[in-house]
Amino acid sequence: MQSKVFQLLVDNTSGVLSRISGLFSRRSYNIESITAGTTSDPRYTRITIVATGDDEILEQIEKQVRKLTDVRSIKELKPENSVYRELCMIKVETEDADHRVQIASVVDMFRAKVIDVSDESLMVEIVGNTQKVDAFIKMMESYKILEIARTGIAGLSRGKDEIVVLP
Amino acid sequence: MTGSEAMAKCLEMEKVEVVYGYPGVAIANFFDSLGATGIRQVLVRTEQNAGHMASGYARTLGRVGVCAVTSGPGALNLVTGIATAYADSIPLVCISGQVDSDLIGSDGFQEADVTGACESIVKYSYLIKNVNDIPRVFREAFYIANTGRRGPVLIDVPIDVQRAEIKSFEYPAEVSLRTYKPTVKGHIQQIKKAMSELKRAKRPLICAGGGIFLSGAKKELRSFAEQHKIPVVHTMMGIGVLPTDHELNFGMVGNNGGMAANKAMQECDMLIMVGARVADRAVANPDTILENKVLVHMDVDPAEIGKNVGPTIPIVGDAKHIFEDASELEISIDTSAWLGHLREYRKLPNPLKFSDKAVNPAVFIALLSQNMADRSTYVADVGQNQIWSCRNVNVRDGGRFFTSGGMGTMGYAIPCAIGAKMADETRQVVAVCGDGGFQMSMMEFATMKEENVSIKVVVLRNNFLGLVREYQHYSLNDRYEMVRLGSYPKLEDLANAYDISYFRASNMEGLDDLIRQFLDEDGASLMEVIVDPADTVK
Repeated sequence: MQSKVFQLLVDNTSGVLSRISGLFSRRSYNIESITAGTTSDPRYTRITIVATGDDEILEQIEKQVRKLTDVRSIKELKPENSVYRELCMIKVETEDADHRVQIASVVDMFRAKVIDVSDESLMVEIVGNTQKVDAFIKMMESYKILEIARTGIAGLSRGKDEIVVLP
Repeated sequence: MTGSEAMAKCLEMEKVEVVYGYPGVAIANFFDSLGATGIRQVLVRTEQNAGHMASGYARTLGRVGVCAVTSGPGALNLVTGIATAYADSIPLVCISGQVDSDLIGSDGFQEADVTGACESIVKYSYLIKNVNDIPRVFREAFYIANTGRRGPVLIDVPIDVQRAEIKSFEYPAEVSLRTYKPTVKGHIQQIKKAMSELKRAKRPLICAGGGIFLSGAKKELRSFAEQHKIPVVHTMMGIGVLPTDHELNFGMVGNNGGMAANKAMQECDMLIMVGARVADRAVANPDTILENKVLVHMDVDPAEIGKNVGPTIPIVGDAKHIFEDASELEISIDTSAWLGHLREYRKLPNPLKFSDKAVNPAVFIALLSQNMADRSTYVADVGQNQIWSCRNVNVRDGGRFFTSGGMGTMGYAIPCAIGAKMADETRQVVAVCGDGGFQMSMMEFATMKEENVSIKVVVLRNNFLGLVREYQHYSLNDRYEMVRLGSYPKLEDLANAYDISYFRASNMEGLDDLIRQFLDEDGASLMEVIVDPADTVK
């Protein structure tokens, strides 16, 4: 089992996200994360999917997704020539001022950011690749995590290669 | 114990009496295990009708109807049956075989993504990937189907899961679903609020839908209405909530309903909608329904409340419980003037004219239902026959009326009637169809004969798809495209082929006697009733 990151450019039609996620459930493919958002051209939506499976399955995923009418393009974002980012928000319980300072120092180390403070909790945002986010969450686990929200990754390939030119 | 044995055991635990189905390799193991339990297996002639039979069974007993089919085409043939049950909130558990787990997604032989195809027409669905999940999934499925707003639940079971050995069989005593907790008891403050509005009302009205039957609230509704002398109207799914001749019953609402009921809806100053969707056929302009009136909407499904019209007082809960709580709050109102006013509308003549060249379908249906036994079940198909039935049927105390109200599925009546008869052999069951719906379901005569159940079938025959023809008459300048059914099959020969007694009415002469003979016949009988194609419902 391995995971791959796929970048899709799809027509921004109603139901397009459910058609794509439906393909995954119908064929028993595993999605680790899926993110979607509009592009510079509002007619199109960019979807980033992290999928897991063996080589055969991953190859099938690419082919089956490409076959969907709404899909303009799908390509694998290979780690060696792509950049992935994920946003994660974590709320941790804090006891007193000392405790807050302690957490803030870990936050600094990871170049994360405190975005909300209350009497009993602290909200932190971190942006980075999945490994960095995972590592940060692991550090935070030594405090009491109240809630976590992760977006799943978005990605682009480096340089000017393989850009799909929109008509 | 294998997966299929566990599935059969689950049905035993749920006290299932009968499974309607059609086999294929992907579900044969299940039927094999089911055979060992003694649960009745009914082989239908096409899968859609397994769903309709289970529906007739479920509606008669208020229990979950069960059907089982094979993968791919088998399951897809059942889709219309599932959708029909979903539209009328009928509790079903539908089991489908699926190809081997390893083959799922490979476009294997007889593979279809059934859970995907049925996504929007089931209350919930499962694809079982681990044999050990079987007891939990079945327990949940029966619970979900028959609680809250009832509905069909689909369980898709790959063939390798049916063959696999289960570690240990333990049927869960409790269902714990974090996200599914239907509200049963209505909020007492809301009920009190509604009752204090009722105290002030001069012209209160109850509009009851199919939810009354689903919650088993017929008795409670009746005693509540009688206690306060509140007139009652009903939707198509609500036919039979009160006997047709009950002094408080003012008939069916909607564009196919009666004058008295629709006038009552317009003129009331307080409307209690209960177990009804305020759907497009029942209430043409939901926005205007609120003018000059207080609307109380009771439904077990909070999503129905405010979907088509925003109520003044919403009450989420089961109708039975709400009426029980409400009748404990004592108020007294005087509705005699209002009832007197509504009775005048009953006296208005029906403007609809029928041809005298053949049988008048309105008179026929009235005679038929008056001659039917006490506690009988009348099942109407879809089309003109359905509208004529709804308007003219006489449902007595203990009688039932079934039809495919929400989906309007042609060919529903015969299989539904067969299921209803199997659920309660003591009831007389009559199916009334047009010649279109009849030909979509007549293959089930074989099931009926093989299973030794006897229903009475009426075919209102005009050699046309009447309701569409009527639309073409009014809206398409009498261009009768695609509606000529012609004069085949010959129903007498067909009745002979199935050893069913045949009756024919071509005019009004001696109709009453003929109907009695038809109904008194031992065993199944078929009656062909000739109707003029020019007769309309509007």
